[in-house]
Amino acid sequence: MSDIASRVKAIIVEKLGVDENEVTPEASFTNDLGADSLDTVELIMEFEKEFNVAIPDDQAENISTVGQAISYLEKNVN
Amino acid sequence: MELKRVVVTGLGALTPLGNTVSAYWEGLINGVSGAAPITHFDASKFKTQFACEVKGFDPHNFMDRKEARKVDPFVQYAIASTDEAIKDAGLEFDKLDTNRIGVIWGSGIGGLTTFTEEVVNYSKGDGTPRFNPFFIPKMLVDIAPGHISMRHGLRGPNFSAVSACASATNAMIDAFTYIRMGRADVIVTGGSEATINEAGIGGFNAMHALSTRNDDPKTASRPFDKDRDGFVSGEGSGAIILESLDHALARGAKIYAEIVGGGMSADAYHITASHPEGLGAKLAMTMAVKDAGMNFSDIDYINVHGTSTPVGDVSETKAIIDLFGDHAYKLNISSTKSMTGHLLGAAGAIESIASILSVKNDIVPPTINHFTDDPEIDNNLNFTFNTAQKRVVNAALSNTFGFGGHNATIIVKKYHS
Repeated sequence: MSDIASRVKAIIVEKLGVDENEVTPEASFTNDLGADSLDTVELIMEFEKEFNVAIPDDQAENISTVGQAISYLEKNVN
Repeated sequence: MELKRVVVTGLGALTPLGNTVSAYWEGLINGVSGAAPITHFDASKFKTQFACEVKGFDPHNFMDRKEARKVDPFVQYAIASTDEAIKDAGLEFDKLDTNRIGVIWGSGIGGLTTFTEEVVNYSKGDGTPRFNPFFIPKMLVDIAPGHISMRHGLRGPNFSAVSACASATNAMIDAFTYIRMGRADVIVTGGSEATINEAGIGGFNAMHALSTRNDDPKTASRPFDKDRDGFVSGEGSGAIILESLDHALARGAKIYAEIVGGGMSADAYHITASHPEGLGAKLAMTMAVKDAGMNFSDIDYINVHGTSTPVGDVSETKAIIDLFGDHAYKLNISSTKSMTGHLLGAAGAIESIASILSVKNDIVPPTINHFTDDPEIDNNLNFTFNTAQKRVVNAALSNTFGFGGHNATIIVKKYHS
């Protein structure tokens, strides 16, 4: 697992209060991990802070699973 | 329209004296002070470095980590005390019409800790707004009754009453009125406050409202004493289950006492100072006694607002003497803030609980920390100084007054079928 992937998972475990083994690449924040719309906004903000990137709203809308978050960040974090 | 009788069927308390109703009452009748050096933040640069904090509270005993993170401490406190009250009342919501069960909750300020953290965080940045999406719903005063309703599925009337330090009393009077009018069967009421943080202590310090007796916190809250120098900040929550008598009897609930009257008024005088003759206080007490269909001489105990400020204690005393006349000298009077500190918007909740238990147990909790009589105060009154007193308490009156000039008074009576 990449460094980015493990940091993403750690944030999700912390913010959504879920078990690490639930945080699979296919897991959807809202459908599988119990997030509501505000939780999702908070997650995106945490990713921005952790990785020092700005994720525009139109990009954030496409990040709804763990895998999508990891792959977006792997492409956009130096 | 015939008004329904309203009774108290459950209590919950999270206070500087103890984290349950029984621990709170034990502290009260034993004259324990809840004051100690502040632990919630580094107060070393503040004029006041002590407060009456809640001790040993772990929100995770009441909610999971994710839930706890999304609510301000004033809501965590509210949830803890309402859980206790609901359990105490034996309310089984799956067997009741929850459309007729409401939550009316008081808080003077709401999520001050959340507000402070978010604004400090913003000010440390480069001006780009990065507010947490839970900022607003964590901070709002009315989110407390919202969370309580969601936790228990209660769909009756639901809102907050806000009148600074009179908030919880206003909430209870509203709850009393709605049940009396038949608009709800049961209302979870009371109030919570959590303002022992930099902004709360610094803000009240700037007003010279707080005691600065840093060398002796436990004697700092000394209502009616000559050397009182301001109030002591407190925090916590009190929950009261109010229920129509019919509904309580039908489900075989235990009954602590009956709520018989409420009074509300404004001083229309000054933003923070009480009217020097206690004009608004007299109006509120008079309205409450009339509302109860009682006479002033029917009251046995007054749990006063008595915050331990130089001006407020004098004007409240004048108001009592003016209204009650000779009977004023037969009353027991006490300020339980001498022990709990001032819980601001939650004060009315924990002080009503003190009044309810006083009526139920025939014990008047004391005004502790009395050392020297104040010549400006009539010391022929019985302030129940330093030690609790046993006496028959048929009816107790609880006063709360808030910045803005709000006054609210509620009357509790022994329940007789």
